[in-house]
Amino acid sequence: MKTLMNSVSRRTLLQTGGALAATLAAPGLVRAQAPTVKIGLLQPMTGAFANDGDLAKIGAEYAIKEINDAGGIKALGGAKLELLVGDSRSNAEAGAQATEQLQADGAAIVVGGFASGIAMTGTQAAARYELPFIIDCAVSDALMTRNLKNVFRFNPSFSMAADVALKNLVLINDASGKAAKTVAIVHEDGLLGSGLAKLMQARLPELGFEVVETISHPTPARDMNNVVLRLRSLQPDLIIPSHYFNEFVLFARTLQQQRVKPKGIYALFGGAASSYKFVSEFPEAAEGVMDVNHWGDPKNPTNDKLMAAVKDAGKFYAYNTPINYSVIQVAAQALEFAKSADRGAINEALSKNEFDSGIMPYGKSKFDATGQNVNALPLNTQVQGGQIKVIYPDQFAQAKPKFPANG
Amino acid sequence: MYSPIIIFEALANGLMLGAVYALIALGLTLIYGVLHIVNFAHGALLTVAMYAIWLAFEKFGLDPYLAILIVTPLMFALGYALQRFIIGPSSHGSDNGILLVTLGLSIVIQNLLLAGFSSDTLTIATDYAFGVVPIGPLLLSLPRVIGLGVSLLTALLLWFVLNRTDIGKAIRAVAKERLGASLVGINVAHVYAMTFALGTACLAIAAGLLMPTFYVSPTTGAAFVLVAFTIVVLGGMGSILGALIGGLLIGVVEAVFSLFLGDSLGQIGIFLIFILVLLVKPTGLFGARG
Amino acid sequence: MTKNFELILALAFLALLAVLALVGLPGNILNLFIFMMIVALTAQGWNMLGGYGGLSSFGHAAFFGTGAYTTTILQTTFGINAWIGLVCGVALGALVGALIGFLSFRAGLKGSYFALITLAFAEVLRILANSWDFTGGASGMMVSLKNSFWDLQFADRRYFFLILVVFVVLGLFLTRWLERSAFGAYLIALRENDQAAQALGVDIFRIKMQAITLSAAITSLAGCLYVQNFLFIDANVAYGSWISIEALFAAIVGGAGTIAGPLIGSVLLLGLGEITKSFSGGIPGIDLVVFGIILVLCVAFAPNGVRGYVADLYRRRMNRPPSSPKIV
Repeated sequence: MKTLMNSVSRRTLLQTGGALAATLAAPGLVRAQAPTVKIGLLQPMTGAFANDGDLAKIGAEYAIKEINDAGGIKALGGAKLELLVGDSRSNAEAGAQATEQLQADGAAIVVGGFASGIAMTGTQAAARYELPFIIDCAVSDALMTRNLKNVFRFNPSFSMAADVALKNLVLINDASGKAAKTVAIVHEDGLLGSGLAKLMQARLPELGFEVVETISHPTPARDMNNVVLRLRSLQPDLIIPSHYFNEFVLFARTLQQQRVKPKGIYALFGGAASSYKFVSEFPEAAEGVMDVNHWGDPKNPTNDKLMAAVKDAGKFYAYNTPINYSVIQVAAQALEFAKSADRGAINEALSKNEFDSGIMPYGKSKFDATGQNVNALPLNTQVQGGQIKVIYPDQFAQAKPKFPANG
Repeated sequence: MYSPIIIFEALANGLMLGAVYALIALGLTLIYGVLHIVNFAHGALLTVAMYAIWLAFEKFGLDPYLAILIVTPLMFALGYALQRFIIGPSSHGSDNGILLVTLGLSIVIQNLLLAGFSSDTLTIATDYAFGVVPIGPLLLSLPRVIGLGVSLLTALLLWFVLNRTDIGKAIRAVAKERLGASLVGINVAHVYAMTFALGTACLAIAAGLLMPTFYVSPTTGAAFVLVAFTIVVLGGMGSILGALIGGLLIGVVEAVFSLFLGDSLGQIGIFLIFILVLLVKPTGLFGARG
Repeated sequence: MTKNFELILALAFLALLAVLALVGLPGNILNLFIFMMIVALTAQGWNMLGGYGGLSSFGHAAFFGTGAYTTTILQTTFGINAWIGLVCGVALGALVGALIGFLSFRAGLKGSYFALITLAFAEVLRILANSWDFTGGASGMMVSLKNSFWDLQFADRRYFFLILVVFVVLGLFLTRWLERSAFGAYLIALRENDQAAQALGVDIFRIKMQAITLSAAITSLAGCLYVQNFLFIDANVAYGSWISIEALFAAIVGGAGTIAGPLIGSVLLLGLGEITKSFSGGIPGIDLVVFGIILVLCVAFAPNGVRGYVADLYRRRMNRPPSSPKIV
């Protein structure tokens, strides 16, 4: 029985592998019609995170078009890239099934994942086929502890982001003559918010801040009045929120409603200062908000083009677009290095080389032994005069931080 | 410890938000009381109403409160059609059938909204959204105060319809004795649909009250469904007065729990009350049947 | 269609799946089959209580999640082997079932009241699992990848699929046993009319307790197996309402209170979900709209589940009188 199974699985593997190799190894034969390489994009196109999936797809499609227009993958005789979209339906099982589908449809490499739970099961499914998987923006540290040779993460992890956030916070606060002494943390109770809150709670006191309160709330939240009431009674100098867009909308509106004006709002992922939508709809509530988030290099001209593409699609720009644009660029470079669409070769290319990071401010991306991009870096942004400006680090900065924001 | 002002304000807020919860629960309890069905499409229908209010504002510049006057009859008609032509005929009157059909409908509605409006979070910005009503030292949110008033008014109106109009009498007759009602010539299918329509119309009003301070996306309604179920149970399934009092009570409980325990664990308070009521007095505070 | 014939058909169908898997299926199909079996098992558990006992639960996630968390915690925190974890998971799941049953049946809850209280229990467990440290809080828990029989993980997933098929077959036999046993007869009696059953001397509290314990045990087994396949859970996966809905959907669409109903339902629903994916036409959501419409049509034209519909067709062909529609 066992030998039967093994021989069958080996045979099927050989067949699919052979077919793939045949289509790819033929550049010399069919010059008129260059072969294509399929790139899978795993994103939530339906369900609670559907908006993130939409934005990610715009970025990925833009990158694919750009690469194809520039002559495709040169090492593969100008092979064109084709995007396969797998809908993870915003949940973990469907994420695994969609990854299986991408594998069955012949994807040579998969990018995306978005949320940590989906990235978890999606990468696990990909690991069975050694299918290279580059995570776009899932932050959980646990993702990269599983020793899966096919899994790479383009974006900064939780702890990397928290490090940057704390370092810059100290810089900003020192520059203001230590205006902020007391801090309140408001976070959603999922993986993202709770994880960051825990790190902040542990490390802020060492840096001279007093954490006066940590408040968690569920997603979706129906109401923020009680959270804001607590803040009104505690009067913290600085509020550190960490939640998704909808909750930030409620939170910021309720702060404004209840006339709570802290010296600053310093959001970790998903505040106003990384959302053009929020800034355009609620300019007053957005003014002065600072954010630490995945963010494209503002000085890269492609950034403006992507913004225009998102606007044309009738949507508002957010980090999903530049990060997925860039992760496709990394995938394309991996194909160039690998000189083949063979999975083993792509995985090896990803782990051995340095990559241009598209429009993300990562310099050269380099994946370490766990698969984490060691140069990944979130940026600090602030809403100033109705515009989102990068304020840290200096080489990307468009403006100086304004803190305290309310004079 | 919080200052008394903060606590009073939390209580007032809970009461005002609870009134809107009650409005959502009113529709649910009415439908349960007459049709004896748990309507799982209620949340999706609330989302539909919220999109309708948003459309009225965005495309025709109608104020959300004024838009209620237009959206309510539309939701009424939608509710009538759904029950009369889809839920009624396809569920064959069995509990499991109704459960599946309403769940199926909610999947259809939610994804139609996704296909039609895309996944964007939509909001309405009005001048008065940030307005406050100062009552002594308390700063009460203007939209919330309006919400409380309109909710109470709606409950009163619903009570009037049920007790003082012919269709109301027919609804109550069918709720009490379905077979008897059909024997004296009441068209039960019509009465069922009218009940469902009234319950759905309540959602239009709730949507109008929510939109000035809330947002809408295809999955928004889900946030309010569980809490509405809790209120229906607490007040006694099928009781209008129960839903009203239950809503106000749950609003206050939620406010107090989240003030002292945080919003996440505060939600447990709601479910514990829900479980306790079911275990100790399943008929709820004002339930009629045992 | 006799009961035994139904059982044989179901077994033949599973045998066919097993052979297909052995001969070699593309990974995505195998993955789908694996998930179908997990949902079928969950629904078989639901069917014991909701189908035969007429006590529809909206909260089987409470059992599914307890099984899943128990085996995960035992494996990751205490290094205990997956099979022992599975046994403990089933035991604890059954205990949670007994506890919820004790409280709700003592209070005499049935119908919508029972449905809603199970929903509330599952929600309380979800919120707790999301905040407690030993359940990993909001980050959830990961079972590390170890391919061996004792870890109930296999490099070749066909082994895992075969194990699942064995469990579903056991579920089928258990259901068949239930139909023949005195316990099953009492259970059906109290579904049809609990007051009459009580008047005839049936200890309905004890019967209900046995039913919910058995039901919870099977569903928590499914939870344990879910973890071994996906290797990751968090509170929303384990205790989320999705699995409660999946369980009752599968059982009712297939045919509540029948042997093969849960299996038929899970195969149809999940298969349909995959097939409709090709209907989206590039617009997100359209596939799920189609799925929902087919679901409603299913209820409209097969009120006794697909199993009942097929049985009626068969009877009509044999010129036998149709079964009277049964209101569960």
